[in-house]
Amino acid sequence: MTRSLTVRRGTYVDSVALMQVSRQISTLPGVTSALVAMATDLNLDLARGMGFELPERITPNEMLVAVEADDDTAMQTALAEVDRALSAAAFPAPSSFGDAPAPLTIRAAARGGEATVALISTPGRYAFADAIDAVDAGLHTMVFSDNVPVEQEVALKQYADPAGVLVMGPDCGTAVLGGVGLGFANVVRPGPVGIVAASGTGAQHLMTLLDGAGVGVSHCLGVGGRDLSEAVGGLSTVRALDLLAADDATEVIVIVSKPPSASVAQAVREHADKLGKPVMFGLLGKGRPDITETARQAVAAIGCSWELPPALSGQVGTGRADGSLRGLFAGGTLCDEAMIIAVEALGRVRSNIPLDPAWALEDSLSSDGHTMIDFGDDRLTQGRPHPMIDGSIRIQRLLDEVADPTCGVLMLDVVLGLGAAADPAGELSDAVAAATAADVPVVVSLVGTGDDPQDRDRQAEMLLGAGAWVYFSNADAARKAVDLLTNGAPA
Amino acid sequence: MNAAPLVPLTTPSAVVTAGASLLADAVAQQGVTAARVDWHPPAEDHADAVAAVMGDPRRRQANAQALEAMLSAEATLVDVRPASEALGLERGQLLHAGPPVDWERASGPMRGALIGAVLFEGLADDPDEAEKMLATGDGVSWEPCHHRGAVGPMAGVVSPSMWMFELRDEAHDATSWCSLNEGLGKVLRYGAYGSEVIERLRWMTAVLGPILRTAVRAGDPIDVKGIIAQMVQMGDEGHNRNRAGTLMFLREVLPAMIDSGHPSKDVAEAVRFVSGNDHFFLNLGMPACKLQTAAAAGIAGSSVVTVMARNGTDFGIQVSGTGDQWFTAPANTPEGLFLGSYGPDDANPDIGDSAITETAGIGGFAMATAPAIVRFVGGSVPDALATSQRMYGITVGENPAFAIPILEFRGAPTGIDVTAVVRSGVLPQINTGMAGRVAGTGQVGAGLVTPPMGCFTGAIGALASAVATA
Repeated sequence: MTRSLTVRRGTYVDSVALMQVSRQISTLPGVTSALVAMATDLNLDLARGMGFELPERITPNEMLVAVEADDDTAMQTALAEVDRALSAAAFPAPSSFGDAPAPLTIRAAARGGEATVALISTPGRYAFADAIDAVDAGLHTMVFSDNVPVEQEVALKQYADPAGVLVMGPDCGTAVLGGVGLGFANVVRPGPVGIVAASGTGAQHLMTLLDGAGVGVSHCLGVGGRDLSEAVGGLSTVRALDLLAADDATEVIVIVSKPPSASVAQAVREHADKLGKPVMFGLLGKGRPDITETARQAVAAIGCSWELPPALSGQVGTGRADGSLRGLFAGGTLCDEAMIIAVEALGRVRSNIPLDPAWALEDSLSSDGHTMIDFGDDRLTQGRPHPMIDGSIRIQRLLDEVADPTCGVLMLDVVLGLGAAADPAGELSDAVAAATAADVPVVVSLVGTGDDPQDRDRQAEMLLGAGAWVYFSNADAARKAVDLLTNGAPA
Repeated sequence: MNAAPLVPLTTPSAVVTAGASLLADAVAQQGVTAARVDWHPPAEDHADAVAAVMGDPRRRQANAQALEAMLSAEATLVDVRPASEALGLERGQLLHAGPPVDWERASGPMRGALIGAVLFEGLADDPDEAEKMLATGDGVSWEPCHHRGAVGPMAGVVSPSMWMFELRDEAHDATSWCSLNEGLGKVLRYGAYGSEVIERLRWMTAVLGPILRTAVRAGDPIDVKGIIAQMVQMGDEGHNRNRAGTLMFLREVLPAMIDSGHPSKDVAEAVRFVSGNDHFFLNLGMPACKLQTAAAAGIAGSSVVTVMARNGTDFGIQVSGTGDQWFTAPANTPEGLFLGSYGPDDANPDIGDSAITETAGIGGFAMATAPAIVRFVGGSVPDALATSQRMYGITVGENPAFAIPILEFRGAPTGIDVTAVVRSGVLPQINTGMAGRVAGTGQVGAGLVTPPMGCFTGAIGALASAVATA
């Protein structure tokens, strides 16, 4: 066994590409583990977890290359492959004689071009400046980046106001503009529903449910999870409403959000009343309609008929006496919705995004009774890809839960669409099968459309084949999970 | 500022992407053009200062105003006269290139040029005595050319008896000055002060200056900006190649020189001197560039660079929004080709006010237009094309007056934006001559150099503070 840790300066590759490099190196023969990642706190922890001693002075702009291999030959091969893969990832293909070099700023990329939109996913510390550049260029600006301070969010949205453009985000995971998906977006049919979303997975779920009912979307405008907070005051929500009001393709507008602060909600409602188009509020919370119900109402509002989203029965298992419910989510809003449903039947549900602050999980995120974790939360994505891109952390946790005798029923979300992993069901199926084999039923809420690149029906079959219950409605999935826990299922 | 109308929602045919390549791939997968930014985090983290300056609502308008001022600046040669008259320099007062520097920290070529100027002015009889005077400040003082609105190449030393080109920007009612170019090799501006150097300076004062004065005064002001516009279409980038510019200038003044009434032997000598020195026009291009960048100075909230200058020890910049404050850091040493047996160890760190040409968008920024000299500065033609195009990424606009034919007559990249430099890590590209490290050596080569990033990070900090107090 041999180990190597090096720290590189002056090389930057985005976290997703690095994840791909890490994975590629890990699969080389003779390599037991590999981490190629920017030196963020989270990745430093991962390296320590792999048993590496780290130098004291190390900054997030430096890159860690940590490899463990069986012997020196395998190590040499691995390190050479790291060099090759990094140079392929870091440097664009050489251009031909006289070509302009790749633009280094958004201003340079936008100059003289036909672009009308910018999609920014640079690290949170830098995203504000990049977004300002995009606004200066007159582009509608989607900020996918998270970890942007709220003061900068307010400043950015105020800055964009006189420019007549919309700032989507920060931490905006999903948008669809005239049929073009940005970030995590499902492939949905065009249609009359315009969506304003302070929640990415909430918007994705609403779009897929509408699509399932044959109803299309004109635009889905993300505004960022904090837009309707007191601090931000709905600046982007109001602008998005105005843009949809002026858009000929949009007939009905739906706002998807957690319940906003009362004063902001009041202001938004007053603004919505003056738009001249019907505006529906899909505000998630205790005693309020869930996303599936909001979709049903939207379908009714444009006069189409609603059918219940499909549900496919999986294996019940004999279950574990006195087990508790464990939810492992990639989508924050899907986690939220499942918790609201579960709490009503089960009481306290601990979480890293708890409904009640008293129910917060400790930093270790160890399960304690009924527990649901949002793996897409800001604090878990610093310097690493979102779980919708790289599900490995969640799969590990799934196996840990199976090994935990207090875990009774598991619930997962699987979110398909552009930007998401190519085959999430394939990656999950072994772990799901292991859970089923251990008599832990698994309920999956599958968010996707028939046109998504992953092939939703094939994904559903794989999950079903591994023994999971598969629901196209997240709320229905949560109810089923509670039902399996409390009653077992009919044989 | 009036609010722009709402930008309507459409189906985008292109999306600018910065960050995760996977998200750009997902855009491209839908048949939509992903205009990808080759994004890198800055080497040094000044994100808070950058955010403060980027978020300054004055910035965009201020930079647009700075660009407009630069583009509308004029530059005509109106007179040639001694520095004592033109700048009011008195006996013992000297000017030099770059930000302020004292004797203690002055580099070899700067010391050499100051010694030469003291000898030339007859303030001392020999170099030792001159050096003592300078070290003690006895009867001599010096300050940057830029403090007087002047510029000087390399050491840029100006003394009261030296003759100056005087250029006017009537649009902004501004004046700038530069000494007359001495030629290449052992010359004062490269720190040489031997007898041949002093002799040449004496001849320039006694013969060349008066002839040029007569010639310039005889006609209309000479449109120097117009000559620059033509020369960048003739293979001159205006910093390390000035051959076409020099000959066009000579064409302008030659009849009047002949008609000047000076002895024909002197006129012939002057013509031979000017036409034999391919860099003669540099000292006209530089003050023209100074007029252009000075027009953009002092605009609150603007992050456009108005001065880049080096004294052989420090590199200094000034930025529009922070007025005449210098932001300095130790100068880099150029890389390039060396004359004769000189090598990298003989080169002094970067020196001269001539980076005013790059500040104005020519020189290294217009490298694409001067493929003939890329080997001289140690580059290649593709490098030259890439360099100019890369500079568009750190500038606020383009100057249609200085059109670069090979880039489809695209205007020179103009108005270096401190925020773009700090954010992208791309430093302005400067073409430059190299002075010998040891006083008295002269020129040792020519090459390429960049400013130290510290100048720009210093400036961004000051701009951020200015936002806070605005």
